[in-house]
Amino acid sequence: MEASAARAPHVRPREAARAGGRASTAISVGIISTFLTVVVVLPIAALVWESHKSGADAFWQAVSNPLAVSALKLTFGAAFIVVLINIVFGTVTAWVLVRDDFPGRSIVNAVIDLPFALPTIVAGLTLLALYGPRSPIGIDVAYTRTAIVLALCFVTLPFVVRTVQPVLLELDTEMEEAARSLGARQTTVFRRIVLPNLLPGILSGAVLALARALGEIGSLVLIAGNIPGHTQVVSVYVLNQIESGDPSGAAAVAVVLLGASFVLLLAVGALRFFVTRYERG
Amino acid sequence: MAKRLGLRAVALGYLLVILLAPLVMIFYRTFENGLKPVWDALSDPNTVHAFKITLIATAIAVPVNTVFGVLCALAIVRRRFRGKGLLNAFIDLPLALSPVVVGLALFLLYGRTGWFGTWFADHGIQVLFALPAIVLATIFVSVPFVAREVIPTLRELGNEQEQAAATLGATRWQRFWRITLPSIRWAVIYGVVLTTARCLGEYGAVAVVSGRVEGQTETATLRVEDYTLNFNTSGAYAVSVVLAATAVLVLVLMTLIKPREAV
Amino acid sequence: MRRLLLLALLVPVACAVVGAAQAHQAGTTVNLVAYSTPKPVMQKLISRFGYTSAGNGVSFSQSYGPSGSQARAIAAGQPASIAFLSTGLDIDTIADAGLVGKNWNKAPYSGIAADSVVAFVVRPGNPKHIHGWNDLVKSGVQVVTPNPFSSGSAKWNVLAAYGAARKSGMSDHQAVQFVTKLFKHVVSQDTSGSNAANTFFSGKGDVLITYESEAYSAFAAGKQGKLIVPKPTMLIELPMVALKDAPSAAKAFIAYAHAPKQQAIFAANGYRPVVKSVLKRPNLASWAKKYKTGPTFNIRDRLFGGWLKANRVWFDQNTGRMVGIERVVGG
Repeated sequence: MEASAARAPHVRPREAARAGGRASTAISVGIISTFLTVVVVLPIAALVWESHKSGADAFWQAVSNPLAVSALKLTFGAAFIVVLINIVFGTVTAWVLVRDDFPGRSIVNAVIDLPFALPTIVAGLTLLALYGPRSPIGIDVAYTRTAIVLALCFVTLPFVVRTVQPVLLELDTEMEEAARSLGARQTTVFRRIVLPNLLPGILSGAVLALARALGEIGSLVLIAGNIPGHTQVVSVYVLNQIESGDPSGAAAVAVVLLGASFVLLLAVGALRFFVTRYERG
Repeated sequence: MAKRLGLRAVALGYLLVILLAPLVMIFYRTFENGLKPVWDALSDPNTVHAFKITLIATAIAVPVNTVFGVLCALAIVRRRFRGKGLLNAFIDLPLALSPVVVGLALFLLYGRTGWFGTWFADHGIQVLFALPAIVLATIFVSVPFVAREVIPTLRELGNEQEQAAATLGATRWQRFWRITLPSIRWAVIYGVVLTTARCLGEYGAVAVVSGRVEGQTETATLRVEDYTLNFNTSGAYAVSVVLAATAVLVLVLMTLIKPREAV
Repeated sequence: MRRLLLLALLVPVACAVVGAAQAHQAGTTVNLVAYSTPKPVMQKLISRFGYTSAGNGVSFSQSYGPSGSQARAIAAGQPASIAFLSTGLDIDTIADAGLVGKNWNKAPYSGIAADSVVAFVVRPGNPKHIHGWNDLVKSGVQVVTPNPFSSGSAKWNVLAAYGAARKSGMSDHQAVQFVTKLFKHVVSQDTSGSNAANTFFSGKGDVLITYESEAYSAFAAGKQGKLIVPKPTMLIELPMVALKDAPSAAKAFIAYAHAPKQQAIFAANGYRPVVKSVLKRPNLASWAKKYKTGPTFNIRDRLFGGWLKANRVWFDQNTGRMVGIERVVGG
């Protein structure tokens, strides 16, 4: 019964309420758009303008620079790996934190956000101390691409965990119990009932993780090695351009990264839409 | 049962490598040279002032982004309007910008030769290298979290309870306060915690636009950089530990808030 | 619950008010914007300056950060009276923005407050026996130096390497090859000098190329290493310049920094004074010995022709020699 209620078509509201609904939608969207414009759109517009300041040729030259291309490839590659790792381990962690109970669970839950609150320099220093040349546990991956993935996992850890947790907490367990009582195995229950409900949460977290992984610099910069063409990510490349007195070139590469991120975000948004649609279907 | 233990092992194993070991390392490094350097660092008036600036910026950015996030989530999940997909993608964009680029963008907008630079200068308002720029940068980098937390939960919940209340005569405000908000409380809580943590730990963009003036526009994270530059590791870690502890404190406080209507 | 919401809305407003009410000093304020390392020295100078007649009643604000970032911040409007940076190139950035006269290096001592040299830091005991530039390209030696595109201070390192190669008799082509070979040995190209120092002191690499003054700062803070000043090496000149609309106290402070007593403070903190006579003081004898390290060449040498030319030839992001070198190394 609960299941069908969750899937029921919306009750048609009264006409007056609908008109009021449209007005308040307009107000809401108005407030949101103003805020977004001032805080997000304006800076991005300034960047796009700056990147084209010296003309399309200069833009293309800045973007097709082999070192820029190599940095872009490395950054996207690392970001994808990190997102996949986060999707798997983040979901498992959220599951364990919500559905499982073990001594110290609330402590672990409390520290999940710490990678975030730490200034990225400290994150970098710590990872270097732990997994670098003087590692107390003998693992030295510093100045390799592995270190990049490691640092990115550290700073994106909270995302999928924290976006899946609230969904899990609100999830109605009746369907799962019903399915189990009808003889379904745990994996089937998970795959067919729980996972589809978690998917929006997982995708939300994945999107955050992807965005952060693409833009991260502080925690990477100490441990990656930053060798152009090998271990130099886009944010470091762009930093070099800014420091060299070429803000237009820097803006150009940043705009390309932004554009690609935007397309990816739109794609994930569409994916989420289709998945939930299929669900309602 | 074995599956449960297996999952637990996987999660804890991952957390051990990625989270817990670094945390232990940080505590060790903080107190490696004893309590004195820690105390010296934390009681330095410039450090105290830096904490104040960080807290002010966070205290502005968090409520602003929370209200924005909840409004956004409600609009995206519950309303129909054109450009929804675009709005959805725009919310996350700030994260994809490297902090150096954020700094550059703010220079382009509010710098001496920027789009609005001369207007602000003529009116005697200092944006860059003062608190306004720090706040702007902090808001910018923490925009998406509340929205991203609340949206999936809202979707999961559906709105039949609000609909029922509407037919029973509840006003929009009552429906929001008594039904919607309590039902998304965990999402809002985690969103606020993430936002707060991000604001506390923000370094890159603020480093570019703050001016780093000691005792005036330095944030706690810039103090950490200052200590690092002067090879004072204990000081750097001490300030970082305080920041991290504040984030945990916020989480604990938020989970203690019980809404009037338990759902 | 409603009260909570009210609180949540009042808090940001209250904080904005508190933040805006950050009191501005009455009286003369001198805004010092400096690169990251000289903080201990500057703090000493500033507190002493307060006891002089010129410095009476003058309050200072101090900002320390990476030299290039500070220059760009000043150009973008950061309030500044004195810029104390680590390369003349960064002062030129401010001059291009019209905030400092283009003839800033015609001031006393060419606008330079103190000198340093490009030097190496190696592990205690020098296990890899590194004494000069050629040892950096020996097989198995790992070098740490910042990326010259992101670190203005790293530009000194590149020019020093090239200059040393030329002074030892190599042709221009051979010297560029030497720099290329050097960068093939670089194991971490950090974004700033201090990051490079952190990398080295975290255990990576056999030799760090840095300023002599940074090395002394690190040792004073307890870091372990040995300083090697190669022969020849490049003279690093650290400019301290007053901006155009700075109060007169700013110029007074710069003059004060050139006075012998204050130059002695520089000398005792790892910086080579521009007032050379100061090194004859008996209490600086040990420092005088440390600074007797062999021939140096500077940026005005024929090889470079000044910062503007050297920057264009070596570090232009499209046609600079360093671009080609990075491409070969990253290949």
